[in-house]
Amino acid sequence: MTVVAEGRPGGAPAAEGAPLLQLRGISKSFGAVQALVHVDLDVPAGQVTALVGDNGAGKSTLIKTISGIWAPTSGEIRWCGEPVSIRSPREADDLGIATVYQDLALCDNLDIVQNMYLGHEILSKRLLDENRMELTAKQTLADLSVTTVQSVRQPVGSLSGGQRQSVAVARAVMRDAKLVIMDEPTAALGVSQTAQVLDLIKRLAERGIAVIVISHNLSDVFAVADRLAVLYLGRLVDSGPITDYDTQRAVELITTGAANGNGAPTNGRGHHPGTGE
Amino acid sequence: MASVDTPTPSEPVTGAVADGEVPLEVAASAPVLATTLGGYLRAWLKRMRSGESGVLPVVGGLIILTVIFQTQSSVFLSAGNITNLLIQGSTFVVLGMAEVWLLVLGEIDLSVGYVSAIGAAITAIMIGPPHPLPLWFAMPVGVVVTGAVGALWGTLVIRLRLPSFVVTLAGLLGGEGVLIWLVNGNGTGGTIRIENNVFLDLTSGNLSLAAGWIVTIAAVVVFGGLIFLRDRSRRRSGLVAAPLVVTLAKIVGLAAAGVALVLVCNTNRGELVTLQGIPYAVVIVIALVVLTSFMLDRTRFGRYLYAIGANAEAARRSGVSLGWNRLWAFVLTGVTAGIGGMLYAARLGSVSNNVDGGTLVLYAVAAAVIGGASLFGGRGKMVHALLGGIVIATIYNGMGLIGLAADYQYMITALVLLAAVTVDALARRGRTTS
Ligand SMILES: Nc1ncnc2c1ncn2[C@@H]1O[C@H](COP(=O)(O)OP(=O)(O)O)[C@@H](O)[C@H]1O
Ligand SMILES: [Mg+2]
Repeated sequence: MTVVAEGRPGGAPAAEGAPLLQLRGISKSFGAVQALVHVDLDVPAGQVTALVGDNGAGKSTLIKTISGIWAPTSGEIRWCGEPVSIRSPREADDLGIATVYQDLALCDNLDIVQNMYLGHEILSKRLLDENRMELTAKQTLADLSVTTVQSVRQPVGSLSGGQRQSVAVARAVMRDAKLVIMDEPTAALGVSQTAQVLDLIKRLAERGIAVIVISHNLSDVFAVADRLAVLYLGRLVDSGPITDYDTQRAVELITTGAANGNGAPTNGRGHHPGTGE
Repeated sequence: MASVDTPTPSEPVTGAVADGEVPLEVAASAPVLATTLGGYLRAWLKRMRSGESGVLPVVGGLIILTVIFQTQSSVFLSAGNITNLLIQGSTFVVLGMAEVWLLVLGEIDLSVGYVSAIGAAITAIMIGPPHPLPLWFAMPVGVVVTGAVGALWGTLVIRLRLPSFVVTLAGLLGGEGVLIWLVNGNGTGGTIRIENNVFLDLTSGNLSLAAGWIVTIAAVVVFGGLIFLRDRSRRRSGLVAAPLVVTLAKIVGLAAAGVALVLVCNTNRGELVTLQGIPYAVVIVIALVVLTSFMLDRTRFGRYLYAIGANAEAARRSGVSLGWNRLWAFVLTGVTAGIGGMLYAARLGSVSNNVDGGTLVLYAVAAAVIGGASLFGGRGKMVHALLGGIVIATIYNGMGLIGLAADYQYMITALVLLAAVTVDALARRGRTTS
């Protein structure tokens, strides 16, 4: 995979082979509720990792600990091999972790450019530099081959679901994200728009970005993912290259937390760093 | 910035980009549409239909009202009456602008009527006997006080998470009390008379004929130039800009409006003495609209107000400070209301303890909403308050001319307000279904 973004000083450790993001023994409890129990997960750059699990399995909680919304109760997060603590969305942002939330968090009254730059406006002489923002926003959309929007100056409220999702993703990518997390990106979309978004996800990975996708839709997962990680009642019961799974096995893991059928599940701790393809 | 265009070999089909020399154009195919006059008009029509009707309804309403009043009373469109109407309207406009800061956020301030009167009363007391303080000191003090009141409302709303509607309703009631207390405490009966001529000139003074021309021409040159430069820099950057014809039409329109204003205001409207020139009040209001519009459109702060008003959670996740931006909006509402209070007091020549702050604030909100601001947050401009305030002043003034009293005036204003919120609601529906 080609890593597109150049001139990145932090890129060195990744070259040594450590996955971009490593979770080690992450636990999170809300009072008596153990939402995550000792989760180990590797997220390599340039690949799409699908995070699946039943309702309440802890998927959202897991990505929220990565994106700085909750601090884990215990465990370690390593970024490019280095232990980090992510205490706020800002800190996640600074590391290069961008989260596209299920509700997208867009402002309908603002146009595409304004949404893409919200909170990170380019200023010149302390005033908004609209032209520069518009040019960069257009460039980013073009890079991602987002071709369906008519004008980048149209209010986001007038866009279709797939277009909104594209804007939310472009917004994440534009900030030089190294990891893009997407929570149920296709849940609200029709068939063609889903295809559009899956395409976009693949393109992110091609650009060397690590992608974590939460999805309930296994056909989407098998269409787009390079790796699969299954959560069951807060435990990461299995993870590995998508080629190790078929739909039946994935469904069993999701619903029972174990695969009874053939194949030797890499139960529990998953795999070791560097076990990519 | 990041990753400047390096199509990977494995780039999937997406033919449009693959063979396109200029991937820029792909992201937005609208440019072709809008660089011609016809395309521009079509894009504009489409916007209208999708609910972005802009200021069109209020301008249309204003024209209808003008036609009605002119047919009923031939003096309505006389130079003297138009100038008078603009002075009357200045208070509604500025108080409406005060509301716009908060309406954009989806909040409201019901206290601006009394708070503005309180600011004016404080200034009036300070510049009155026995020890008159200088105006340059007393006016800012009045405005700082109203700004501080705004900060108080804002703190209550933000910190205690109280609805602004209720906090400022308390402010409306309490404000009347404070106003009466201030005025009565001054020991001059039920009113504080204002003798300071400079203060009174806020609404009764005029630019000289020559100054009117100079100021207007300068303003037209500056703003026309800015419009031109902005469109040109967009074209140079390869961005969609309005066709040159449209840019020029805008500038010509601006110049025509400026010339019309000078011609109307420079006509002698006095009966016994000569009375002519652009009223200071008009200059102040226009300057205020320009300044505040600039803050809303061109600064980060303004952008954040719109974002918060539409989706506070989205703004928060983007790193926007909800607390500070909202607090500043409340402060600016107070400050703007304070300025409106000065204009109000100057026109009446006094501050009395029976100022009807309740009606004033309703006119203020009505002005903003009639102009096109939304009560639901996320939408509203200063120019909306300007146009809406002129509509209200037109009704107020026109009704007076044709001899209809307060009863009709209130009823007609109510109808216009209903029409305006209906347009707003229909526009919202148009947007969401599009
Ligand atoms: N803020 C919270 N407070 C208390 N419990 C929570 C909170 N967020 C999630 N949980 C609990 O943690 C568990 C995992 O939830 P979640 O991560 O949302 O699951 P998923 O996204 O996989 O459906 C659930 O039992 C849920 O009730
Ligand atoms: Mg969830």
